[in-house]
Amino acid sequence: MAEKKLMKGNEAFAVAAIAAGCRYYFGYPITPQNEVPEYMARELRAAGGHFIQAESELASISFIYGAAAAGARCMTSSSSIGIALMQEGIGSCIICELPCVIINVMRGGPGIGSIQPAQADYTMVTKGGMNGDAHNIVYAPSTIQEAVDMIYKAFDVADDYRNPVIICVDGMIGQMMEPVVVPEFKPVLEEKDIEKVKPWALCGHKNKRDRNKINSVWLDHTELEVAINERIWPKYERAMKELPEWESKNLEGAEAVFVAYGSTARIAVEAMELLEEEGIKIGLIRPKTLWPFPDAAFDEIDKETTKVVISVELSMGQMLQDIKLALEGRYPTALINRVGGMLLTPNEIVERTKAVLGGMK
Amino acid sequence: MSSTKKIYIAGFGGQGVLLIGQMLAYAALFDDKEVTWMPAYGPEMRGGTANCTVCISDKPIASPVITECDILIAMNGASLAKFEHMVVPGGELFVNTGLCPNPPKRKDINVHYVDCTNIAEEKLNSNKVANMVMLGAVNKIANIASLDTMFKVFEYTLKGPKAKLIPLNMRAMEAWSE
Repeated sequence: MAEKKLMKGNEAFAVAAIAAGCRYYFGYPITPQNEVPEYMARELRAAGGHFIQAESELASISFIYGAAAAGARCMTSSSSIGIALMQEGIGSCIICELPCVIINVMRGGPGIGSIQPAQADYTMVTKGGMNGDAHNIVYAPSTIQEAVDMIYKAFDVADDYRNPVIICVDGMIGQMMEPVVVPEFKPVLEEKDIEKVKPWALCGHKNKRDRNKINSVWLDHTELEVAINERIWPKYERAMKELPEWESKNLEGAEAVFVAYGSTARIAVEAMELLEEEGIKIGLIRPKTLWPFPDAAFDEIDKETTKVVISVELSMGQMLQDIKLALEGRYPTALINRVGGMLLTPNEIVERTKAVLGGMK
Repeated sequence: MSSTKKIYIAGFGGQGVLLIGQMLAYAALFDDKEVTWMPAYGPEMRGGTANCTVCISDKPIASPVITECDILIAMNGASLAKFEHMVVPGGELFVNTGLCPNPPKRKDINVHYVDCTNIAEEKLNSNKVANMVMLGAVNKIANIASLDTMFKVFEYTLKGPKAKLIPLNMRAMEAWSE
């Protein structure tokens, strides 16, 4: 087995990207993800890649647009308000079908907000931020190892769907250290092979073929409708079939079901153990993809015993909306949350769960 | 009581608080245990508050966030006053005597007084390994790892020109006794 290393989340994210063949990173500093650009600045060149500190997040995402258009595996990272700044560029990447990976190490918002962990970018990353009919593919790991594995896979998913993939973590996962196994380094796509693997890429036609065009302006609006109907949306329909991932725990016989993702899911699991000691059985659904949301997970809930489905999140019920859509009215719902950069503790979840269940009797 | 050992380390920036935690985390890793290290991060500066949480377990660790701890390392008086209540009854409290003028109030926990700055200066002739003297005291009382494992930790973290500091750090592991 490969060697386990103790790594800080942010550093592990960067290593995972390099292992996945990312050789172009563009970023602008923002807490709590600064170790990502720091690591890339130190290590990417040695791996044969290029690091550029952009002059702003607008520049970061524009660099991404360019590098992705040229067929390179590229990544940027930022936190909440920095990702908000990138939205125009992300939308352009989507309509131009440019694959890229974006890491969002979330902090409190809106606005410049706080620098402490939060999950309040849920709606921004899953449903827009950018204009137009568009989605990001969004992964939400809850351990550093899972983040590494998801980032490693994300570059392939981005290439497959020719769409941005966002890895959504929070400041806690970014800042903490855990043992991780770094996956094997993938061979990097060589420049001469780009044309074969990515025939759409702008890598020079050398008078041997028609030129490729990548453009986000559609002056003929009938063509734009065709592009969305025939190119973008069929990909999303495929994504909704192929990509949803989740973990379920203790659903059989559960009195209530927690739905939680990322770091909050870990805290929820500890709360479940404490509640079990008091004879209260709670199940868990942990979405690993936030978009596409794992609707099918909710069909596994135990109809005989479950009285309520509780969204446990660090935002004002942003995920709860998707839970309600997935439930289609089958169960009552409740919300246990903190916001602004405040964390839930296992004990707080325990007390608030009892209050929710008490109110149901 | 879960099998997870929860450790909270608190002091001010510059004392090597986060490093004590990282050394414990490396020791756990080298002993094939599950471990999480989580700093309280913010606009850090020398002299500002610094603290971190380390959880060590035989099974995967769910929450790295803790509200109580089995071991508290208080590197200064403010941290002692603020976090003493977190220690579970019967738990271990390590007090950096030199910077904690007021004694702890709890009677239901085991208190260990470690004058780590003085021990480092007098026994080891160094003003830079006070935190490692504290680490040695914690390791001894709480049985975190063998000295062999600690040696591996220093070998891994002190490489190249820093390798000459390994013997000093190993002596720091054994410098304190109750």
